[in-house]
Amino acid sequence: MVEQVPLNHALIVTTLMFFIGVYGFLTRKNLITMLISVEIMLNAVNLNFVFFDNYLFPGKLEGHFFSLFIIAIAAAEAAVAIAIFINLYRNIRSIDVEQVDKMKY
Amino acid sequence: MGTSAIIFYTIAAIMIVFSLLAVTARKILRAAVYLLFALGGTAAIYFMMNYFFLAAVQLIVYAGGIVVLIIFSILLTSHIEEKMQKPDTWKIILTSILGFGGTALCLFVITNHLFVAHPATGAEATMATIGEKLLGYGEGGYVLPFEVISILLLAAMIGAIVVAKRNKPKGNG
Amino acid sequence: MEYQYTLWIVALPLLAFLINGLGSGRLPGKVSGWIATIAIGGSTFLSYQTAFQYFSSPSREKVIAFKTTWLRFNETLHIDMGILLDPISVMMLVVITTISLMVFIYSQGYMKNENGYDRYFAFLSLFSFSMLGLVVATNLFQMYMFWELVGISSYLLIGFYYDKPSAVAASKKAFIVTRFADLGFLIGILMVSYYTGTFDFDILTNPDGLNFSTTASFLGLSSITWALLLIFMGGAGKSAMFPLHVWLPDAMEGPTPVSALIHAATMVVAGVFLVARLFPLYYAFAPTALEVVAFIGAFTTLFAAIIACTQFDIKRVLAFSTMSQIGYMMLALGVSGYGGEEGLGYTASLFHLFTHAFFKALLFLGAGAIIHAVHTNDIREMGSLRKHQPVTHILFLIACLAIAGIPPFSGFFSKDEILAATFATHPIYFGIAVIVAGLTAFYMFRLYFIVFWGKEKKYEHAPHEAPTVMLIPMIVLAIGSALAGFIPFGHYISSDGQSLTLHINWLVAITSVVIALAGIGVAWTFYKTGSDASQKVIKALGSVYTSAFNKFYIDEIYILITKGVIFRLIAKPIAWFDRNVIDAFMNLLAAITNWVSSQIKEFQSGQVQKYAFIFISGVLIIVLSLIYATQ
Repeated sequence: MVEQVPLNHALIVTTLMFFIGVYGFLTRKNLITMLISVEIMLNAVNLNFVFFDNYLFPGKLEGHFFSLFIIAIAAAEAAVAIAIFINLYRNIRSIDVEQVDKMKY
Repeated sequence: MGTSAIIFYTIAAIMIVFSLLAVTARKILRAAVYLLFALGGTAAIYFMMNYFFLAAVQLIVYAGGIVVLIIFSILLTSHIEEKMQKPDTWKIILTSILGFGGTALCLFVITNHLFVAHPATGAEATMATIGEKLLGYGEGGYVLPFEVISILLLAAMIGAIVVAKRNKPKGNG
Repeated sequence: MEYQYTLWIVALPLLAFLINGLGSGRLPGKVSGWIATIAIGGSTFLSYQTAFQYFSSPSREKVIAFKTTWLRFNETLHIDMGILLDPISVMMLVVITTISLMVFIYSQGYMKNENGYDRYFAFLSLFSFSMLGLVVATNLFQMYMFWELVGISSYLLIGFYYDKPSAVAASKKAFIVTRFADLGFLIGILMVSYYTGTFDFDILTNPDGLNFSTTASFLGLSSITWALLLIFMGGAGKSAMFPLHVWLPDAMEGPTPVSALIHAATMVVAGVFLVARLFPLYYAFAPTALEVVAFIGAFTTLFAAIIACTQFDIKRVLAFSTMSQIGYMMLALGVSGYGGEEGLGYTASLFHLFTHAFFKALLFLGAGAIIHAVHTNDIREMGSLRKHQPVTHILFLIACLAIAGIPPFSGFFSKDEILAATFATHPIYFGIAVIVAGLTAFYMFRLYFIVFWGKEKKYEHAPHEAPTVMLIPMIVLAIGSALAGFIPFGHYISSDGQSLTLHINWLVAITSVVIALAGIGVAWTFYKTGSDASQKVIKALGSVYTSAFNKFYIDEIYILITKGVIFRLIAKPIAWFDRNVIDAFMNLLAAITNWVSSQIKEFQSGQVQKYAFIFISGVLIIVLSLIYATQ
C-alpha cells in the first residue's frame, strides 16, 4: 500500500476525519454524542501517527506505540467520562451540554 | 492503480462517510453504530499496514470496549427511539466555517510539504518485537510509559467507580 | 551588694495575675484572694528588705539590679527591661507594696459577696505588677510600657461593674483622657531619645553627661523644653492635673478599694514620680517647663480644693482632695531647685507623696467601710455614724487630722516642707498653698462632721462596724498616717543624693496650723452645731457656689469642645467629604467594574462548546499566523 498510495492522500483522509470530529463536538448537544466525536478525533490522530510511522520511519515503530498508548488513554478517558455522565444524569435528569453550566461565573 | 490502493480509497471513503453520519445522525444509538464502522475502517487500514497487533487492539478496545460502553450509557440515559433536536442553524454555519477553514489550512500545509521517506530499517511489528519494546528499558524501550499507563488505567477505574457510585443517603434520608 | 531578688518583687504579682487570670472561674472559693494577697505579701517583704539594705548603706548611687536588652534598634539606641534602684524607686516600692497589701487584705472583706471575685484579684495583681514595673523602670520606654499597663488595669478596674452604664462610661473616659495625655508622653519620649540617643535614666538624669542645644526652636522654646512639656502632659493626664483631670472624679465608679489603691495612693502619683524621676533634666535644661509644672500644680490644687468643698458624694470629695494634694506635690516640684537646701521642694514633694499615700488610702478605705455599711455614697444620707462604727470613726479622724496638717500627724510635716519650699521661692504660690491648706482642713472636716456627727438618718438596716479583715489594714494605715512624719525623709531622699536635714520652719508651721484649725473651726460651726450658717454662705456666694458645685463646668466645656467643635465642625464635614467624595469615587470605580464585567461575563457562559469553539478558532489563527510568518 505504501507504494501505491501517496502519503498526502492518507493525510487528507485523517484531516477530514479530524475536522468531522471537531464539527460534531461543536454542534452536538448530547454529551454522549460529543464523546463519540471525541473518539473520532482521537482515531484520526492515531491514524496520522501510524501513517507517519509507516511512511517516513518504517521499522522504528514509534508511531505504532504512540497509537497503542493513545488507545489505552482513550479507554480510560471514555470510562471516566461515562461515569461522569451517569452521575450527571442522576443529578439533573439530563445530559444536555447546554444545561451543564452551573459553574459559570 | 493497484489493488491495495483501491481497497485503501474504499476504506477511506467508508470511514469518512460513517464519521459524518456518526456526527450528524439524529438517533443516538445509530450514531454509536456508525462510530463502530468508522473505527472498524481504521482497524482495516492498520491491517493493510501489517500492524496486526495494533489492529487487534483497535478492534478489541475501541470496537469491543468503548463502543459497548457508549451503547450502555446510551441505554442508561436516553430513549433510543427519541430523535435528537437539530442543532441551531447558526451553530451549524459557524462550526462549518471553522471546520472548513481548519481543513483548508491543514490541506494547504500537507500539499505544500514535501515528505521525505526514510529507508526501511529495524524491526517488523511482530508480537515478539512489540513485547520486547513494551517491556524494554534501553534504547527504544517503552517500559516507563507502559507502567504509567497502567497506573492511569487503575486510577481511571477507581475514579469511574467513585464518580458513578450512587451517593450514600445522607442522615436519615 | 546583690539586689537580684528585687526581680521577684515585680514577678510575684505577675504570677498571681497569671494564675488568677487563667484560672478564673475554676479556682475554688476565695483561693484567688489568698493567692494575690500572699504574692503581694511576698513583694512587700522583699521591698522592705530592699529598702533596709539600700538605705542602710551610706551610698545613694543608682543600682541596676537587673537588666536585659529587650528590643535593639542599633548600637546605642535599644530598649532594655530592667530594675533600677535609687532612693525614689525604693521609696515607691515600699509605698506601693504596703498600700497594695493593705488594700488586698481589705478587699477580701469588701469584695466578699461580689461576682467576679477572681477577676477582681487578677486585675488588682496586674495593676500592682504594672505599678511596680513602672517605678523600677531603667529607661523611659520601659516606663512608658508599664505606664500603659497601669492605664489599662485602671480601665479594667474602673469598669469592674461592667453591667453599670455609668461605670462603663467612666472607664472609657478615664482611658481616653489618659490615653490622650500619653500621646504627648510618647512624643516627648521620642523627642528626648532623638536628641540624646538613649532612653536610659542613668544617662538622662546625669546632667553633666548631656549636651543639649537650649536655643529656642519653636514658639520661643527649645526643643528639649517642648519634649519635657509633652512628657509632663503624660504625667498630668495620669495625675489628673487640670485640665486633664476630668476622668478622676468619674473613676470613683470603681470598687472603693480600687479607688484607694489606684486613684489615691499609687497610680495618680505616677505623674509626680515621672517629673521627679526626670527632675535633673527639667532643672538643667528646661526651667520654663518647671514653671509650667508649678503653675499647673498651683492652679489644680486650688481649683480642686474649692470643688471639694461643694460635693456631696463622699468618694468625689476624696477624689477632688486627691487632685488637690497631687497639685501640691507638683507645685513643690515646680518651685524646687537642685542640690542642697535649694532642693527642698523636691524632697517635700516626695515626702508628701509618701505620707499622702497612707492617709488618703486610709480615707478611701474608711469611706469604703462607711459605704459598705450604709449602701450609699451621698453624705446627706449619712449622720451620727460614730455610734455605729466607733473604730472607723477614730481611724477616719486620724486620717482627717493628717490630711489637714495638724501636728503631730504625718501630713503636718510633709505639708510644712512644701509650704516652706514655696515660701522661700514664690510668695504667690505660698499664698495659694496656705489657702488650700485651710480649704483642705475645711472640706475634710465638713465630711467628717456630716458623716460621723450630724443628725441620725434612717437607714435600711442599722449600720454595722466593718469586719476585722477590713479594720486591720485600716489600723495599719492609721499607724502609718500618724507616725510617717517622723521619718527623717530628707536624709534618704533629696534632689542630688546628698543627705538633707529637714527643719521645721516655725513661721510657716504656725501659719499653716492656724489656718488649718480655722478651717476645722468653720466646718465645726457649719456642720457640727447644726446652725444654718452654711446655707447663708451658700446663698451669699450664689453663682460661685453653683459653678463650683458643677465642677466649674469643665466637663460641659469638654463636651462642648468635643461634640460642638470637633464632632460638628471638623468631623462632620470630613465625614461628609469621606462619604460623598471619597466613597463616591470608590463606588464609581466599583460601578464601572460591575458594569463592564456584566457586559463581558457572557464570555464565561459555562457552555463548553463555546469555549471549545473559541479555543479552536484561536489555535487556527495562531497556526495561520505562524505559516504566514514563516513564508
